Amino acid sequence: MNIKSWSRVSALAALCAMIAVPAFAQQTVKLGLIGEFSGPFAEYGQQIYGGMKAYMKLHGDTVAGKKIEVIQRDTTGPAPDVAKRLAQELISRDKVDMLVGFGLTPNAMAVAPVATETKTPMIIMNAATSIITTKSPYIVRVSMTLPQVSTPMALWAWKNGIKSVYTAVSDYGPGLDAEAAFSKAFKAAGGEIVGSVHMPLKNPEFAPFIQRIKDAKPEAVFLFLPAGEQGIAFMKGFKERGLAESGIKLIATGDITDDSVLQSMGDSVLGLTTSFHYSAAHDSPENRAFLKAYTEVNGSKLDPNFMAVAGYDGMAAIYAALAKTGGDTDGDKVLAAMKGMKIDSPRGPISIDPETRDVIQTMYIRKVEKVNGKLANVEFDKFPDQKDPGKM
Amino acid sequence: MLSHFIGILFDGVAYGSLLFLISIGLAITLGLMNFINLAHGAFAMLGGYVCVLALTRAGVPFFVALLIAFVAGGIAGAVLERALYRRVYRRSHLDQVLFTIGLTFMAMAGASFLFGPGQQPVHLPGYLSGQVRIGGIDVGAYRLFLVGVVAVITLTLTWLIEHTRFGAQVRAAVDNRVAAEGLGINVALIFSVTFALGSGLAALGGALAIDVLGLDPAFPLKYMVYFLLVVAVGGARTIRGPLVAALILGVFDVAGKYYVPEVGSFVIYALMVTMLVIFPKGLFGRPS
Repeated sequence: MNIKSWSRVSALAALCAMIAVPAFAQQTVKLGLIGEFSGPFAEYGQQIYGGMKAYMKLHGDTVAGKKIEVIQRDTTGPAPDVAKRLAQELISRDKVDMLVGFGLTPNAMAVAPVATETKTPMIIMNAATSIITTKSPYIVRVSMTLPQVSTPMALWAWKNGIKSVYTAVSDYGPGLDAEAAFSKAFKAAGGEIVGSVHMPLKNPEFAPFIQRIKDAKPEAVFLFLPAGEQGIAFMKGFKERGLAESGIKLIATGDITDDSVLQSMGDSVLGLTTSFHYSAAHDSPENRAFLKAYTEVNGSKLDPNFMAVAGYDGMAAIYAALAKTGGDTDGDKVLAAMKGMKIDSPRGPISIDPETRDVIQTMYIRKVEKVNGKLANVEFDKFPDQKDPGKM
Repeated sequence: MLSHFIGILFDGVAYGSLLFLISIGLAITLGLMNFINLAHGAFAMLGGYVCVLALTRAGVPFFVALLIAFVAGGIAGAVLERALYRRVYRRSHLDQVLFTIGLTFMAMAGASFLFGPGQQPVHLPGYLSGQVRIGGIDVGAYRLFLVGVVAVITLTLTWLIEHTRFGAQVRAAVDNRVAAEGLGINVALIFSVTFALGSGLAALGGALAIDVLGLDPAFPLKYMVYFLLVVAVGGARTIRGPLVAALILGVFDVAGKYYVPEVGSFVIYALMVTMLVIFPKGLFGRPS
């Protein structure tokens, strides 16, 4: 075969492919999943995808006559340039209809302009910085924002007679967000912030910070730390130094007692009070079904946490929106269908704020207790219908 | 005020002990053998996982778990030395860095595959948790234990390297390999044993550190800066170099974070720069 006829054959093949693609595309809705699947944040991606799979296990993989297909892409960690490139490739080459996932804020921020330009719905399943949803009119968030979690903790603390608080947060965006939201709400209620400390993110040694807090003698410490070894180290230090015995209460956002690491935290977290939107111990039929499906699909190596629930709810929002549009994936129609949508989530009822496209949900105050020999975040108080205070 | 200061000083010494424990294996492989082993953290992680498995699955006592971790690290080190490391001893330092960092990534991916990406539970026996009161000051039991372990390891290693026939052979083999071989020293065996010792100590350090540092597959990279810091500042080739360096870094880091938390996290790096300017070969570095 000479070059000329070879090029003719390939041109013909390309033509066939071009005809075949749209015919195929009518049958499927493609979701481009951009998440962290390797590196230190690998758990984020696995949780989110695990939750999505759990939803598809329970509700099938077709909606409005179309098959749902997930194309998975790895950002490898906080890598905005990679996330943006992946988004562009997914849209131009794989022809995805929606972008989903996004464990980390920088990745979501980098993709936002791509979503706007291509009118592609973008479902945030974790990244929790308040500002994200303002970056594109095609963004819908089903996870949470940090001010949303921290503010109820301040209200609860004041309601329960705590007058002075020392804040201790991780020295990065979310930590500072949490500190600002807590301090604002607590001072507005009439409380006093007696001191604050920003702890470096890569910090293996908490002894000096904990000693400082102990010497300041506040009534309570408000803590924000990402889940994982930092939280474990802080709690061990807090116990070891006897702060609880000197009458200092510890209140925190639920990040630190993340359901997926809770068992490895050990008894040092018993009695810790946190505010958060999801607990694996939440008692509802939706949650039981979710937990069962998650374990069936993903095995029991990783306990599901709030990220898995956000993955699950993201899929719920997509299925409901497609059912409403009759399978139409046009960006504006999907967004219109999602605005104001109500979902019976495993965490309780949630809805999408029609103005900000951010999630509105109940915030629970929980305490770590032993249930059937395992640690659990047991909910005992709640603040319903919390909007993101970062946008008010 | 004084009791505060003594408390901070003790915390600093304890933290320095921890830094020393996670670095000592590297001081052996880098210092004694002049081999850039960035996979040091992978051996430490191995020790951590072995310790956790021994504690949770096999239910053995903590001290037995530490011993198992040390032996497992030593065996893994010996096997890898025979199979892989031996081939890159004479290569350039860049080759050694690339080779060992590659090993580190493989170890991380392997750990993630086998144990999942999450944190592993570490539960110490009751007598090592909580605080004990010594002379009016509360000190953490486990921290006190770490300081004790450091004393034991330092004395043992110093004796081993400076006062035994084996130690003399190691030093001879590193200083002049050809002459040592000519004198009938089995250099290949000496290197295997030394590397196994370094790996075993790395694993022991990992097993001791996980209660404070936590354990997940990112462990080798997360703490790489710290053990490189200790060995760089202390100067390799001696045991007391890294020990003194670790204690100084530990005390200043803790004191910095307590008294000036705004710049606290920077203190340790500022100290490193200053010390490297004053002692470019490390505190007790010998001219090579």
